[in-house]
Amino acid sequence: MKFAIVRFPGSNCDEDALLAVTEGIGQEAVYCWHKDHDLQDADVVILPGGFSYGDYLRAGAIARFSPIMQEVIAHANRGGAVLGICNGFQIACEAGLLPGALLRNASLRFVSEPVNIRVESIATQFTCNYHIGQTLQVPIAHGDGRFTADADTLERLEGEGHVLFRYVTANGHVTDRANPNGSARNIAGIVNAAGNVLGMMPHPERALDAKLGSTDGLPLFTSILESFMAGAKS
Amino acid sequence: MSTVNSHKVKPRAGDPAITPALVAEHGITPFEYERLLAMMGREPTFTELGVVSALWSEHCSYKHSRPLLQGLPTKAPWVLQGPGENAGVISVGDGLAVAFKIESHNHPSAVEPYQGAATGVGGILRDVFTMGARPIALLNSLRFGPLSNARVRWLFAGCVKGIGDYGNCMGVPTVGGEVVFDPSYEGNPLVNAMCVGVMREEELIRAVASGVGNPIMAVGARTGRDGIHGASFASEDLTAESEAKRPMVLDGAPFTEKLLLEASLELIRSGHIVAIQDMGAAGLTSSSAEMAERGDVGVTIDVTRVPVREQGMTPYEILLSESQERMLVVAIKGHEDEVTKILAKWDLEAAVIGEVIADPVYRVTEGETIVAEFPGSRLVTECPRYTIEARESAALIAARAQNPHDVTPKPEERDHAWTLERLLASPTIASKAWVWRQYDSTVRTSTLVGPGSDAAVVRLRGTDKAIALCIDGNGRHVALDPRNGGRAAVCEAARNVACSGARPKAITNNLNFGNPKKPEVYFQLREAVAGIGEACTILETPVTGGNVSLYNENPLGAIHPTPTIGMVGLVESLAHVTPSAFQHAGETIVLLGEPTDELGASEYLLTVHGKTIGAPPVCDANKERALIEALLESIASGHVRSAHDCSDGGLAVALAECGIVNKAHQYGFTVDLSQWSSLSPRALLFGEAHGRVVISTSSAADVMTVARKHGVPAFEIGVVTNAADGAAFTLAHDSFRAPIDWLSRAFHEAIPVAMDGETPAEHAIAASHAPISD
Repeated sequence: MKFAIVRFPGSNCDEDALLAVTEGIGQEAVYCWHKDHDLQDADVVILPGGFSYGDYLRAGAIARFSPIMQEVIAHANRGGAVLGICNGFQIACEAGLLPGALLRNASLRFVSEPVNIRVESIATQFTCNYHIGQTLQVPIAHGDGRFTADADTLERLEGEGHVLFRYVTANGHVTDRANPNGSARNIAGIVNAAGNVLGMMPHPERALDAKLGSTDGLPLFTSILESFMAGAKS
Repeated sequence: MSTVNSHKVKPRAGDPAITPALVAEHGITPFEYERLLAMMGREPTFTELGVVSALWSEHCSYKHSRPLLQGLPTKAPWVLQGPGENAGVISVGDGLAVAFKIESHNHPSAVEPYQGAATGVGGILRDVFTMGARPIALLNSLRFGPLSNARVRWLFAGCVKGIGDYGNCMGVPTVGGEVVFDPSYEGNPLVNAMCVGVMREEELIRAVASGVGNPIMAVGARTGRDGIHGASFASEDLTAESEAKRPMVLDGAPFTEKLLLEASLELIRSGHIVAIQDMGAAGLTSSSAEMAERGDVGVTIDVTRVPVREQGMTPYEILLSESQERMLVVAIKGHEDEVTKILAKWDLEAAVIGEVIADPVYRVTEGETIVAEFPGSRLVTECPRYTIEARESAALIAARAQNPHDVTPKPEERDHAWTLERLLASPTIASKAWVWRQYDSTVRTSTLVGPGSDAAVVRLRGTDKAIALCIDGNGRHVALDPRNGGRAAVCEAARNVACSGARPKAITNNLNFGNPKKPEVYFQLREAVAGIGEACTILETPVTGGNVSLYNENPLGAIHPTPTIGMVGLVESLAHVTPSAFQHAGETIVLLGEPTDELGASEYLLTVHGKTIGAPPVCDANKERALIEALLESIASGHVRSAHDCSDGGLAVALAECGIVNKAHQYGFTVDLSQWSSLSPRALLFGEAHGRVVISTSSAADVMTVARKHGVPAFEIGVVTNAADGAAFTLAHDSFRAPIDWLSRAFHEAIPVAMDGETPAEHAIAASHAPISD
């Protein structure tokens, strides 16, 4: 299967995302330039981390207007899978592919560290290879990661099982101390109602190699691969 | 004689008259002005005076340091590019080369910490990617006054945020460095940034102008009126008026830099250009003059063709602007459109502003009118060089002569655990996680060992190799014995990369000193550089470049002389990567190297007694070399589970750090140091004798055998235990134990508490602590 890695001029996790696909799960990945209208027939789109257009205004606020994003939105509306990581999550929210928004971290500081996140649902194409309640160690590195949404939206996300990852302690408990950025309800990642767009602040593509401290990101990529293969067969 | 059309150069309408006062204002001494007149054979124009002021500033010309730097070793078979270029380059095998350089941004950071530090990072990144290398790691070395001072906290927080925001946006991981707090830096913080990049050897490009007729292009951001005379600002003491020079500090635009990085690398790989250089200090002036000088060619530049941000800029302003994120490129004639096309892809501008000429002349025109013209490379080479009288400060001689053993211990020191806890809470020793949590250290998915270890380790993709990186320097040691301190800075850096499993390969240095016109400062500079040279020769780690930052003085006085050493080591196999923290309870702790009675210049004396006195521990580079060989052989044999350098705070602090540094997996230890009964307990525990490494191993006998083979003293001093067992020390006449969580709290909370006032429940734990004897 084929992955499109969208490249904004300020993307800086694009190569990591590409390697996660090519080396991590041995699939094809291509870069898609922000000025183009071409997703090169990819099956899955990754919006990688970085600073899209500098993000001096609001993270992702300009990226949503780029030519390539019109294709990404169309791809998502057709039911195609989209994985937004970090800045990609912010862009997906700005583009209306996901509800809510990412605010400046509660500490007002950039925060970079390995965090623990708990898998809240495995009934999605992104998480089917995890166990429910499994605690993962995955790095974060962001300044604007505080997920927020109005009360009704939060209730709906929770009620419909669209919260996929939550910041927890090493023992899997949801606590304020385990919340690195002040996100509402410790939310680290969500899917849209259709289940084909995932946005998450932690970087699964940085957790694929034991030498780097964790391989807990790998099942996310194998989930996408196996879900796609199963879908292709059926 | 060259064909200099000197008679054609006329002052511009509106230029101020050249008076002695104007010359002095440009930082040019009467002696230098005489030299300039002799070189030009006429009076310079205002524009020319500005150009000379920048190029002959200390920052650009190294006029006080170059004679000293010439004695440094710069060659080895693996050195592909030594000093004199944008960055040094070494070969690491497999066809790969590593480019690296360190640079200071001390003066700007002293008045505007956020932008000062940020643009420091921006500058050093450009130095590395203009060599053709993709930046893969950033490090920084920071010095501040005590955190009890509110302004210091503002400077510290601002610098850290500036460094973080710039590197994070660029997607280059900040993987390590050091932060030191000492009263000597209170009015004059030090911000040294190091960048490391990797490339294929054949991608190396040098900033040498060549090819008569080739176009010179300005690339990247437009030129504005910002930062004019920044290089000169950095070449004078900080004064009360420095605050007024805050507008000279530039604003960084990391997003533009990211575009420039990608565009520059694409440009270099495209084959359409012959040279590229950052327009850094002294902007267009220094970049064009230096490229011409290196290539032994002439250049002509038309300032009316330089893309500017505002109308009405004079040639003087355009030449001396230090607007950030700009590059000067020498393209191949006929390839201008291709260059422009690559820049346009990244939404950047490129404009032809001049060309390489055969005449060895440096010429600036404003349209058809010549506004500045110098006899070629003499502009760079004719800069005066100074050798100043050197004399050691009487006060420092007296401080060194004081015997630290005469310092009366405080009553609390009867319990060594108290002293140990105080040292672990000293901000210089304490965990810097508060700092590097703000740096993205994991982007590029190659950081095998990140901040907080002896050295950072970054893998080289496509190989089984990695590079180990660190920055080290100890201003206190250098102040009290400059030559020994210079040696020690190199040796400590080498030890640190060796502890992580790497062979030290080469250094870049940043010489942060006071006003070199003072004999006491010049003495420190001369001696420290000599010490660096001695150690680099013995350790076979040549100097590939660096930066000199002088005039680090303010009304409170000069800083400690602070050479910082950026070291690059090579890990030959990823299996050799070694952590600094203990890994398993039950493993044996071996001390390589030997404790001494040396206590001078220690962190202990400063933290507990507020004193900077005594002779610093003697650093013997030959012993260090043997130690490194023994350590690397043991690591390669697979016998070493962890290795940690003994430096600030001595043996007791090094042991404690091995137990507590990794918050997620902490260990205790039990050590018996009673065999050193002749040493004072203070020196044994907290003295900073060089040449020592604490390792943990499951095959102590093998480690001891290897050490003996290399003539390195080695001692089995104890065993790693569980955290609950605490840190237990047995001395000849004394013993004590400290709870690990108590030590850990001191170490991990000191800086957060100082910065954010978070008060952990420390007192409860302190109350539960009691020494087990005496």
